[in-house]
Amino acid sequence: MKTDKFVLVENLSKCFPQPKKQELVVFDKVSFGIQKGEFICCIGHSGCGKSTIMNVLAGLEKPTSGAAILDGREIAGPGLEKAVVFQNHSLLPWKTVLKNVMFAVGARHPDWSRGQIREHSQKYLDLVGLAHASDQKPHQLSGGMKQRVGIARAFALESPLLLMDEPFGALDALTRGTIQEELLKIWGQTKQTVFMITHDVDEAILLSDRIFLMTNGPRARVAEAVEVSIPRPRKRAEIVHHPDYYTIRNHLVDFLVSRSKELSGSRAGEVTGEDLPSDTPVFPPNVDPVKLARKVS
Amino acid sequence: MKPSLETLRSALLASLFFGIFIFIWYALTVPRSGDRAIFELSEEEVAQLDELGMAMEDRLYYLESGLDFEQLWQLAEMQFTREEIEMAGGIEAFGFQRQENGEAEVRSHFPTPGQVFSVGWEMIRDPFYDNGPNDKGIGLQLAYSLRRVALGFGLAVLVAIPLGFIMGMSRLFSEALMPFVQILKPISPLAWMPLALYTIKDAEQSSIFVIFICSVWPLLINTMFGVATVRKDWLAIGRTLELGRFQMAGQIILPAAAPTVFTGMKISIGISWLVIVAAEMLIGGTGMGYFVWNEWNGLNIDSMIVAIFVIGVVGYVLDWIIGFGQKAVRYVD
Repeated sequence: MKTDKFVLVENLSKCFPQPKKQELVVFDKVSFGIQKGEFICCIGHSGCGKSTIMNVLAGLEKPTSGAAILDGREIAGPGLEKAVVFQNHSLLPWKTVLKNVMFAVGARHPDWSRGQIREHSQKYLDLVGLAHASDQKPHQLSGGMKQRVGIARAFALESPLLLMDEPFGALDALTRGTIQEELLKIWGQTKQTVFMITHDVDEAILLSDRIFLMTNGPRARVAEAVEVSIPRPRKRAEIVHHPDYYTIRNHLVDFLVSRSKELSGSRAGEVTGEDLPSDTPVFPPNVDPVKLARKVS
Repeated sequence: MKPSLETLRSALLASLFFGIFIFIWYALTVPRSGDRAIFELSEEEVAQLDELGMAMEDRLYYLESGLDFEQLWQLAEMQFTREEIEMAGGIEAFGFQRQENGEAEVRSHFPTPGQVFSVGWEMIRDPFYDNGPNDKGIGLQLAYSLRRVALGFGLAVLVAIPLGFIMGMSRLFSEALMPFVQILKPISPLAWMPLALYTIKDAEQSSIFVIFICSVWPLLINTMFGVATVRKDWLAIGRTLELGRFQMAGQIILPAAAPTVFTGMKISIGISWLVIVAAEMLIGGTGMGYFVWNEWNGLNIDSMIVAIFVIGVVGYVLDWIIGFGQKAVRYVD
């Protein structure tokens, strides 16, 4: 087993039994590796099992077969070393914003004093620009603010691995842009390893070091890992002028529009556990993008 | 706190309705010149008629026919039912004549609002007097009823909430226990009364048991439902934070389920208050139910009406107290 990868996923499969039908194989023999400090986005159509993969990494779901390994140890259940930002923010509605974050921080550091917990939580609320909303209840906040609280809560845990399931999916484009840049700023400071699921191609390019592309389900798999060669720090307004931007973008869109379907179910171009696309595709500009993202087999 | 125009308007309309109600009541009951006066029975006379087994409805009927106690007593001693007397041609066939009661207080058959208010005022002014088993102040009677409800309901809370928690968290338990709940729930709480009296051999404890058994089901089912429907996401948060079993129950499941539990409490306290009045009519002795029945036996319609009104007000107050708790745990999702 390779140990230089911080996160290692090997031959992961998930099947759901269906009454009177053949069982549904959501994804089959998915393998990939993530380096420490990497920001990974995972793109794919609905139903390809992205969320299930994330839930397996979070320890909230068990795979049917295969293994997910975090820092050399198999992920057996949920825990504090894996912070999760849920799709629908999942704040506890009876607690104020600050108490929501403090609740998580208190669980992470049971030995801390209340003052310490408060200070730490407040710091992360400041980071997402919500210091003024500390004493409000979640229902008093807008969707974007709620999501930011969820992000502050996850970051405040300072877990080595941060998992995000379409955290900005429910937000309008303007809010999304602002939060994305805030996210990058915080990540720049904490250098956590991030695995994030998204539908948004531009978001993936802005945020990630590498983008995992998943084929359509059932029997979905990670077909490619596209390396984003645009240097950091990235700004939303600036990266679109980078020469690689549209090459990458067109490649991603092409994958989502046509190839994710073509590749679905076929095992050609399979990514195996031995040769994971972590040390793969540097994205050279001005070349046919289809050949770029290296398929490993 | 500024009373809005809406509140003011609804309050005005409510007062109007109340005024109309009182007016109609007054119009229907105000003594008219043609009204016959009826004799009032003293407590001793009531006791004598009780001994002869004359039904309350019959007494009232004969009194309204204009008979006095002497004639009532004779009738009662004959041991005929009212039907038999009617068949024989009515009281006139037995030679009874309507008495002119010059000395008896003239009053209408049903008390006027004014009579009820003055009697009510007297009752409320001195609520805690105690002149023996059949003559206690309304406050004292109320205290007896409230004590029974508090004990029975409190016991139900202690049993139903932990049990509901277990049933809500474990499919095994809920599926195993639900058949019992389904069968026990529709049983009228009063149906348990004879069995309780037989087993416990104590009227007080039996009535507490009856309150317990009627308030336990809504509490149990609501707690179970509230716990079982806690959002999966909130549980997932708890799991990712590695909360222990008790932290999970106390910090996530309990606050999430609390509003539903309080809804169960509201239903339970309402049913308890309905049932205690009926139960006290059965067991007798003390309490609001017994008070109402006792006033009926003495044909004190006015204090009976006051008691009915008090029962309504107290029921509202009980609901309001639980609503207070409900407000404290409510959250907007």
